[in-house]
Amino acid sequence: MTHSPMIVLDRVSKSFDGGTQLAVSDVSFTVRTGEFVAIVGGSGSGKTTTLKTINRLIEADAGSIGVDGSDVLTVSPFELRRRIGYVFQGIGLFPHLSVAENIGITPQLLGWSAADIRARTLELLDLVDLPRDFAQRMPAALSGGQRQRVGVARALAARPGILLMDEPFGALDPLTRDALGTSYRRLHEQMRLTTLMVTHDVFEAVLLADRILVMRDGRIVADGTPHDLLNEHPDAAVRTLMDMPRRQSDRVQSLLRNGNGASRA
Amino acid sequence: MSDAWTVAWRLLPDYLGEHIVLSAAALALGLAISLPLTLLAVRCERVRWLVLAFASVVQTIPSLALLALFYPLLLILSALSQRLFGQGFAALGFLPSLLALTLYSMLPIIRNGVAGIVNLPAPIIDAARGVGMTDWQLLWRVELPLAAPMLMAGIRTAAVWVIGAATLSTPVGQTSLGNYIFAGLQVQNWVSVLVGCVAAAGLALIVDQLLALIEAGTAQRSGWRIVVGTTILLAGVALAALPRDRTGPAAYVIGAKNFSEQYILADLLAQRLERAGFKTAQRTGLGSMIAFQALARNELDVYVDYSGTLWANAMRRTDPAPRDVVLREMTDWLRTEHGITLLGSLGFENAYALAMRRERARELGINNLDDLARVAPRLRMGGDLEFFDRPEWASVKNAYGLSFALERQFQPTFMYRAVSSGEVDVISAFSSDGRILADDLVVLDDPRQALLPYDAIVLLAPRRATDAVLRQVIEPLIGAISIETMREANLSVDRDSDKVTTDAAARWLSERL
Repeated sequence: MTHSPMIVLDRVSKSFDGGTQLAVSDVSFTVRTGEFVAIVGGSGSGKTTTLKTINRLIEADAGSIGVDGSDVLTVSPFELRRRIGYVFQGIGLFPHLSVAENIGITPQLLGWSAADIRARTLELLDLVDLPRDFAQRMPAALSGGQRQRVGVARALAARPGILLMDEPFGALDPLTRDALGTSYRRLHEQMRLTTLMVTHDVFEAVLLADRILVMRDGRIVADGTPHDLLNEHPDAAVRTLMDMPRRQSDRVQSLLRNGNGASRA
Repeated sequence: MSDAWTVAWRLLPDYLGEHIVLSAAALALGLAISLPLTLLAVRCERVRWLVLAFASVVQTIPSLALLALFYPLLLILSALSQRLFGQGFAALGFLPSLLALTLYSMLPIIRNGVAGIVNLPAPIIDAARGVGMTDWQLLWRVELPLAAPMLMAGIRTAAVWVIGAATLSTPVGQTSLGNYIFAGLQVQNWVSVLVGCVAAAGLALIVDQLLALIEAGTAQRSGWRIVVGTTILLAGVALAALPRDRTGPAAYVIGAKNFSEQYILADLLAQRLERAGFKTAQRTGLGSMIAFQALARNELDVYVDYSGTLWANAMRRTDPAPRDVVLREMTDWLRTEHGITLLGSLGFENAYALAMRRERARELGINNLDDLARVAPRLRMGGDLEFFDRPEWASVKNAYGLSFALERQFQPTFMYRAVSSGEVDVISAFSSDGRILADDLVVLDDPRQALLPYDAIVLLAPRRATDAVLRQVIEPLIGAISIETMREANLSVDRDSDKVTTDAAARWLSERL
């Protein structure tokens, strides 16, 4: 794993009302190649806006954003987006296209040959653990988890180095969510991806990410490894936030330890 | 009545063909304008508001008025183009109908198209941008395919509207299935009205179903549906656009306004010209001033008008004048102002006149309006809906000092019933109306010439001024039709039972010349 910076945000700000209120305020951070970084925070904390400035679905008002060594403003937004995978809660599979056509869309926009697209599609179906005969199905015929797997496959299709994920598993039931999270983390390792994931679920962030950024009111209030943040942090709010997974985990631990003896027949 | 069916059947290829060509052209032009406007409206909110507001306003104008409005507008444009480029264009018929129907087709297409695209779920648009689509790719690969069913529904609505409204293009001189309806309503030929309505409704239904097939094809990505639907539609239009008669275009175009006598006289002119070996076409059901302007612009070759109508409406004269003065001044005016030839009077008048039951008039000793004025204060007068507001009424009242015990307004049909039943004593009538004959009424003489003369006069277009052959064919009609003959001909098509077609009435008239 190299440690060159892959995504660099430098003093990025964004306002949706002409500057009265800043949705993102003076945010700077770096994501290194191969890193898995999670941004956590409540609703309205600016985490989704921050994520979307990177592939220019939202244009930043101030500051600079670099991806893989060049400023994002130096390429057209659609060229930029074809190099960056994007997965979000709404998934947004195209309902009029088959699973294969959905997965193959970015390679098609990039002008790949039909044979290459077909081969890549089958490879991706394998990678996200979907049967190959799903290729011809329409999105409406899939379950929520299967759709999100297709969404991940579509984001990975053109072999991007970076994946941006916005609450990717938010709408799924806990079991599916855990399975998908774990299998995505495996893909991340396997394909040496750089991942930036937005989530409001601290537990998910702790379990999947190498590093966690905590946002509040458009600012980054904490930046560290899960281990750092789980142990003492100067900001009270961050402590409260990070306390939750630890308490839940402690409770499960104690249940496991005493549960067998205390179980009611 | 089998005669009426035969006539209707014979006219079907022409009327249906013209109707299809007009509707298809309007829909195609409507689509060509609406689709780019839709895309513009989708991308720019201010344009959206403007476009939708404009299309909605157009929709609130009654379709008949919209069609009628385009005629004067095109006249102005044509005059302008004549001045600028030395080349005018036909302001009557196809063009005004096409433009009005095109405007009419736009609202459902734009509204559905915009709604279909603007209301697509946000995640899908987000995803399309996220995978790196440009604006055009987003439009072609995502927005249009997903909005297609909605857009097609709009196109179907537009098609049905256009086919229905195209029947209204008859009064601006465009042949359509509306010819059945307008002519049929006028002479109360219900077979004709029925055929027109059924044909228009049937056409709308078939087109709607074919478009539905194409719509299902786009939704289900089923190629054969699209191909079959499109092929039948295109084949239908192509078939309709084929020239229907192999004898070439009509040599003479005959005009007629929208009442029975006019239809009969147009048929009479057509029969004579065809017997002389000429191909003719008719533009019937025209508005009064539209007919005159169309003749002045050589879009008609010949039609019959009435001297009093032109005196007031075209020459804008308000003074009553004796008939020979009217005819003389009008002949000069028409020639110098418009190059139109007034060939002569057919021999009868279709004038506003006062009429009474024959028996009642004899009983009161009334022969003319002077006699009437003496007893008028004891009598009741019935007029049609506009008579008491017309200059004729003011003029006749002044000239004879008429004053009735009672004045009442009626629908024409009820007015005749009222005089027959004795509910009123005197009515306003059109002097060539067949009901004068049927109800045994007498028209009272006008010795002071207070009422304008309404001689039926044959007018020739400027380009026919020196057409000796046309004159030769029509001249035998001049002065040849008596008021009694015309009344009987009118009655034969207007009466409720035993009615004949206008064509048959014209043949009957011809035999009596």
